[in-house]
Amino acid sequence: MTRAFRILSFQAAVLATSAAMMMAVATMTRAAPPAAVAAVRIDNFTFKDPVVTVKPGTTVTWTNGDDIPHTVVAKDGSFKSKVLDTGDRFSFTFAKPGQFGYFCSLHPHMTGTIVVKA
Amino acid sequence: MFDGNDESRRDFLKCMAWAGTGALFAFDGGIGMSVGLDSALAAPVRHSASKPFTFVQLSDSHIGFNKPPNADARATFREAIAKVKALPVQPDFIIHTGDVSQLSRDEEFDDAEQMLKAAGLPVFFIPGEHDMLDPDGGKAFLDRFGKGSKGAGWYSFDHRGVHFVALVNVADLKPGGMGNLGAEQLKWLKADLAGRSSSTPIVVFAHIPLWTVYADWGWGTDDSAEALKLLARFGSVTVLNGHIHQITQKVEGRIAFHTARSTAFPQPAPGTAPSPGPLKVPSEQLHSMLGITDAMFVRGRDRIALIDSTLAA
Repeated sequence: MTRAFRILSFQAAVLATSAAMMMAVATMTRAAPPAAVAAVRIDNFTFKDPVVTVKPGTTVTWTNGDDIPHTVVAKDGSFKSKVLDTGDRFSFTFAKPGQFGYFCSLHPHMTGTIVVKA
Repeated sequence: MFDGNDESRRDFLKCMAWAGTGALFAFDGGIGMSVGLDSALAAPVRHSASKPFTFVQLSDSHIGFNKPPNADARATFREAIAKVKALPVQPDFIIHTGDVSQLSRDEEFDDAEQMLKAAGLPVFFIPGEHDMLDPDGGKAFLDRFGKGSKGAGWYSFDHRGVHFVALVNVADLKPGGMGNLGAEQLKWLKADLAGRSSSTPIVVFAHIPLWTVYADWGWGTDDSAEALKLLARFGSVTVLNGHIHQITQKVEGRIAFHTARSTAFPQPAPGTAPSPGPLKVPSEQLHSMLGITDAMFVRGRDRIALIDSTLAA
């Protein structure tokens, strides 16, 4: 096998792989709309927007803006963050409709609810 | 209150203030009093005949905290311990009323433990909510500081005729609630107190205040009333808490309540800020917020009086 042929076949392989990846991306884009997201900030020992309503499949991300650590813990135990220090985030995707109450397990007077409905 | 004896009156009144770096308690002839560390350094506690002893309360060291207003909570904790060591009359022991660490990390607990060793005194711990943040919800703290304790870390012991009860009100907190003792601990407390004479002086310590200082910020304990009911028959009860990083005091019946300052950072007075986050005082003010405070109390066996005084005056 000549060196030139090896380079050519490598390039061909790269082209084929790229084409396959592009097709895959195109397929994904067609199949799923952009992922739904929502954000809840934690500031001043409160969940800003204590009640947030989202569609099923939405990923909610909490960000701690306080100088004191907090957690995000579902009342029904369905989700639980690790401790979130300043600037840390926690995300959870709500697949099914329902009301999901949550609180900070360090400062339990901090409460919020995610309402999931189609 | 006073029997006219100038000597004992002076003993009662002398410098019984609280310091943020720690509060020194003296039990002297059935009367408990507290002495700010700074003033105690300047003027040793005078003892009368019957089994006097002192102990120190440290609280809320938050080892690992490094944000305004305190870039190094280790340094201020070290300073607090140095003040304890410098006391002319060494206390019998130290109690730490929780939030030893900022994030329950091993290195934070390690450093706290090493620094406290420098004091060369026994230390009795209870956890704060910041000490419950390891994946196992407090196991790291209990393995290190809670040996021999029950449940989430509660226990009791006797020292020179005084019964000390260490309660945990930061475990299994309920949504929307405040501090919580829980049924199992209350049952234990009832049994622990059951056989004791009502004349036994009692000292209770727990992290979150056992009375409601400010519900909007969760500064209270939901089921503390049940614990206080069990304590009501005793002639002398002192409740020592931390958590709120400032001095508050209250007397209810024969129970005197106190909260200690933090060695790490001050927090705002109830309702005076949007949140109970650290009070970001200028650096030149920090030590005065941690180091000196100006309240004092005198506790009698049948009646508890509260007298405020300033250290500086």
